[in-house]
Amino acid sequence: MGRYLIRRVLQFVPVFLGATFLIFSLVFLIPGDPIRALSGDRPMPASVQQALEARYNLDKPFWQQYYLYVAGVVQGDFGEDFRGREVTDIMRERIPVTFKLAIYAFTFEVAIGIAAGIMAGLRKGGFIDNLVRISTLIVISIPIFVLGFMAQLLIGVRWGWLPVSGLGDGFKSYILPAIVLGSTSLAYIARLTRTSLAENMRADYVRTATAKGLKRSRVVGVHALRNSMIPVITFLGVDLGGLMGGAIITEGIFNLPGLGNAVFRAVVQQEGTVVVGIVTFLVLIFLLSNLVVDVLYAVLDPRIRYE
Amino acid sequence: MSDFRQAEAVTETETVAPPVTEEVEEEVQKPIEGPPPGATTSLWSDAWKELRTSPLFLVSLGLVVLFIVMAIAPQLFTSTDPRACSLSNSLERPSSEHWFGFDLQGCDYYARSIYGARISMAIGVTVIGFAAILAVILGSISGYYGGWLDSVIARLTDIWFAIPTILGGIVILSLLGERGFFQVSFVLVILGWPTMLRLYRSSVLSVKEMDYVEAARALGASDFRILLKHILPNAITPVIIYAAISIGVIIAAEAALSFLGVGLQLPAISWGLMISGAQTRILQAPHLLLFPGLFLSLAVFGFILMGDALRDALDPKGR
Repeated sequence: MGRYLIRRVLQFVPVFLGATFLIFSLVFLIPGDPIRALSGDRPMPASVQQALEARYNLDKPFWQQYYLYVAGVVQGDFGEDFRGREVTDIMRERIPVTFKLAIYAFTFEVAIGIAAGIMAGLRKGGFIDNLVRISTLIVISIPIFVLGFMAQLLIGVRWGWLPVSGLGDGFKSYILPAIVLGSTSLAYIARLTRTSLAENMRADYVRTATAKGLKRSRVVGVHALRNSMIPVITFLGVDLGGLMGGAIITEGIFNLPGLGNAVFRAVVQQEGTVVVGIVTFLVLIFLLSNLVVDVLYAVLDPRIRYE
Repeated sequence: MSDFRQAEAVTETETVAPPVTEEVEEEVQKPIEGPPPGATTSLWSDAWKELRTSPLFLVSLGLVVLFIVMAIAPQLFTSTDPRACSLSNSLERPSSEHWFGFDLQGCDYYARSIYGARISMAIGVTVIGFAAILAVILGSISGYYGGWLDSVIARLTDIWFAIPTILGGIVILSLLGERGFFQVSFVLVILGWPTMLRLYRSSVLSVKEMDYVEAARALGASDFRILLKHILPNAITPVIIYAAISIGVIIAAEAALSFLGVGLQLPAISWGLMISGAQTRILQAPHLLLFPGLFLSLAVFGFILMGDALRDALDPKGR
């Protein structure tokens, strides 16, 4: 187990560096001179421009800029935007919103998705199974922004059940966006649980457990379900990171001041450091949740450890 | 056949489970009778027999064919020019003459919805085509030869995989001044290939241990011939299943990027752009959202359903 852990962590480092380098080089290839854009139509004195370029390390060669940036990130310094605001300040303000949204969506999709998957998987081919199969396919097919607008229009505006924009109503403001954000993953979780459970219910060890005279709840709950959760947990790891990234569209539709909203505005305004900072943060979350899942995976399935 | 387990995990999740290739390889070592082309045909002909009677598959086939025809020959569905607009009709609601109503510019919305199929389908098919070619070439090298090349390719896929599609799409596309069919397809290919590559690689890993590959090598076949004639037909099935689903996913991704304003640009006719234009008038003209949203969802649904039906038919474990 120890060796497995160390190997996973060692793999994590080059991937993180590679991904940040990729993002960094992409963003700083943005055509246009952001410093000169600051002064608008009036020309900027050469001395001011030089001072600003030095301040943002723009006068140094590219690889050095990247090195200074990563060195800063490792110490928790994501640089500052061109108005002199710390990127960490922006993130500190935005992260709670996105984080809450992701957690609510996650809870919603895990609870309903796994429950639906179990009901479908236990009676493969039955009515509930077909219902789950078709309804999840439909949910997967409707793009999230269409779903978001529909929900906003019907539930929020027509029927007036839930708030549709902003954060004015506390927890209630998060309900609709969280449902919309979590719906696609919910469908995937339900389908994964279903296939995996249906497969395991035919396994020899389940037949043995039934033959021993165990109660059905125990056979399903302890024996079959535990093994069926392995692919689901793998998906959840990828998904938690995906939710944070996927929040861009949801936050836009429901006007929530989260990370996704901030990164989109930063792209439009050419605030390179903000884009790189937030995307780096999201990639970090994504990779970390994958790492946690890989470790969990090894706990659940001992075969992985001895690879 | 158990490489389907991975295909299943992948098609269900669009992601790849941690490597379980080693057990897969062991399980796969069942003898296969007859030459490989025969084995492939029988798997596919079995599958075809089942698919012909599956209502889900027939529905999906109908939808896919419908949208392909719509993309190739929109004139069959409407004789109205989607670009002939009259501002006096602006935002008119659906009527018996104009079923879908008019958009802000006064263009016939039905004609625009029909013509919107072309670019979505073109991008979906192009992206998946290129991603599959890339995946087969790199996956063959990576899975067949292994070694340091395999490690390099694996790390590269890990890096690309870490960047979420929409997020990466926004960052890259916002750098490009002009964004048309070519640029959007390019970005979706470079963000979409890692999953397919992993899928094909693990499939190659299990197939290359087969006796018939060994036999071909003993007869003096070149690596290229083995990869093309013996491994490819037997390893491609999971990629085909995934490709059917992915076309749907790519169509949705293109629409999302266009919706966010970093994808296709006007005057292109695309469902994503139409929905984007609808968002500020959602209350006064909900039909602007409804119709392109419906077309888009139906197209995505058709491909995803088809992939699902294909997997059921091609995966013997499901029976």
